[in-house]
Amino acid sequence: MEDLLIKIEKRNDVPTTLYFFTPFIAIILTIIGGGIIFYTLGFNPIEALKFYFITPISNLYGFSELLLKATPLCLIAIGLSFCFKSNNWNIGAEGQLTFGAIVGGGVALLFYNQEGFYILPLIIIAGAIGGMIFALIPAILKTYFNTNEILVSLMLVYVSKLILDYLVVGPWSNPEGFNFPETRQFSDSARMPLLFEGLRIHAGIFIALAAVFVSWFVLYKTYLGFQIKVSGLSLKTAKYAGFKGKTMILIVFMISGACAGMAGVGEITGPIGQLHRMISPDYGFTAIIVAFLGRLNPFGIIFASLVVSLTYLGAETTQIFLQIPQYTGQVFQGMILFFLLASDYLLFFKIKFQNFNKNELRH
Amino acid sequence: MSLDISFIGVLIGSIMASSVPLILAASGELITERSGVLNLGVEGMMIIGAISGFALMVITDNLFIAIIGSMLSGVVISLIFGFLTQSLLTNHVATGLALTIFGIGLSAMLGKNFVGIPGKDFPILFSSLRESIPFFGPILFGHSIVLYFAFALPFLTNYFLKKTKLGLVVRAVGDSPVSASNQGINVILVRYCCILYGGGMCGLAGAYLSLIYTPQWIENMTAGRGWIALALVVFATWSPIKVLIGAIIFGGISILQLHMQAVGFRIPVQFLIALPYLMTIIVLVVISRDSRKIKLNTPTSLGRIFYKEK
Repeated sequence: MEDLLIKIEKRNDVPTTLYFFTPFIAIILTIIGGGIIFYTLGFNPIEALKFYFITPISNLYGFSELLLKATPLCLIAIGLSFCFKSNNWNIGAEGQLTFGAIVGGGVALLFYNQEGFYILPLIIIAGAIGGMIFALIPAILKTYFNTNEILVSLMLVYVSKLILDYLVVGPWSNPEGFNFPETRQFSDSARMPLLFEGLRIHAGIFIALAAVFVSWFVLYKTYLGFQIKVSGLSLKTAKYAGFKGKTMILIVFMISGACAGMAGVGEITGPIGQLHRMISPDYGFTAIIVAFLGRLNPFGIIFASLVVSLTYLGAETTQIFLQIPQYTGQVFQGMILFFLLASDYLLFFKIKFQNFNKNELRH
Repeated sequence: MSLDISFIGVLIGSIMASSVPLILAASGELITERSGVLNLGVEGMMIIGAISGFALMVITDNLFIAIIGSMLSGVVISLIFGFLTQSLLTNHVATGLALTIFGIGLSAMLGKNFVGIPGKDFPILFSSLRESIPFFGPILFGHSIVLYFAFALPFLTNYFLKKTKLGLVVRAVGDSPVSASNQGINVILVRYCCILYGGGMCGLAGAYLSLIYTPQWIENMTAGRGWIALALVVFATWSPIKVLIGAIIFGGISILQLHMQAVGFRIPVQFLIALPYLMTIIVLVVISRDSRKIKLNTPTSLGRIFYKEK
């Protein structure tokens, strides 16, 4: 195809700067795309985008909300980065979050009329174990029965949501709650301490930040991290090097599930304070976008969780100011992932604009 | 509960009606997956079909345009997925998830002005026969044309895959894209077509919901049926006839669940709703441990990116 002016070539290695630059391209394209959608719906695009991206964080309360929503996203995405880096497609974080919240919430309900410093740590550990157990199901099925983890982890999301639904309607519903589908309020000792008076931001953010540093250490400074990365790059190499593939799959799923479970606990012991049907606005799915946007890098994920958190807040403010359904958030989240995946093309392929004649002369 | 014979007839008829969106979406997704492409955007494509069908019905007052338009909108939205995965070689799982998230959001934005508008009666065929024949009447007659199409579709799909040359091409592309490509088949083109076909069928499945099954527009009205359809393809081990059987089982569960609630049956409703997902996981485990069984129909290259060095 020598007569083409544009030539596409496969790159041999991905330039690091471009690798971390394309997420910004994706964000800019998403903002432009959002402007176009607002325009077609009959709004002034600049004004609508201002409502979406600026208004929500223009005061202290908004900024606290940004961090509040970024906390679970960051925590789940950190966990997912272990799975994705090692080529394990855990897309059921939403289910692991829910199951973690069920187990953690169960512990919180045991102590509903008690106070004590030990209650909250117990709940957090219970939530992590719950998420871990739920994540082990696709992991064990994958390692011992060769079952596709994508489909199993996805199916289990609905199973765990239905378990939660059963519990809050039935055995765990508040005996004094007039049959509302919700449990008792947790005791004060079962609640995440608030960081500032009047703001909803809570201590859960420290769990997320700790997860960031621990994951950075594990992924970049330990043998396990090395194994995870090698398996992600080439399974054959990993086998040749004698890595225990099965154990590694179980470990990454357990890490991922524990993070999602703790995120669930953070929600119910933080802003919610009880169990009910709607404990998460699909944080588990949105965190997949966060993990990708953050390039599976612990610090990239912090940044990405803030961006995606803003799409949730923006959807709320545009709903108030422009009467657009709150689902706008999903339009933006979907677009971010579309544009990010599309711009990845630049990573793996070089687009060369070349002049046929000049090339001929050179040869 | 009165278990007389005419009630059972009506019950079977309603189970059939509830299985239609599952059959349509799963049959479409089956073709996509048999070509080696895993599109997790079924839910997104269905909901886009649902809103476009309903919006077109309100705007044009023409059900035919609405149905065709819903299929076209499914095709258009799946084109995003096709372009990304086939031309820009993006990961199928991530792209499909993005499509679902995007589709649910976009449909709610587009449907903002259509909430609360009553739907129109969709014409049903042989309505006189439905009343006059006991038991078989409500089963066989008095349905919309889309239902009859849906029940024929698995057989057509089966014929297409097994007996036609194009079906063989689709299977070859799904099982071994490299060999297919060496035989001169344009793998990317075949996969594009299968993705767009899947999108069209999902669009129709969505329109069935918003125009026929519950004729109105409600945000997020597909309510997870896209995920069940996706499960159904696996449950059916990629066989079109088993899609039909599975859709009736899954549809039946959703109808029985309503009746059990009404008579105060002691099994938790949530367990029944979860049953399709649990059954799918069990089927997955059974077929996956036996390598012969999974090879029977499973597209070998499912979800893998195909890239041909030019």
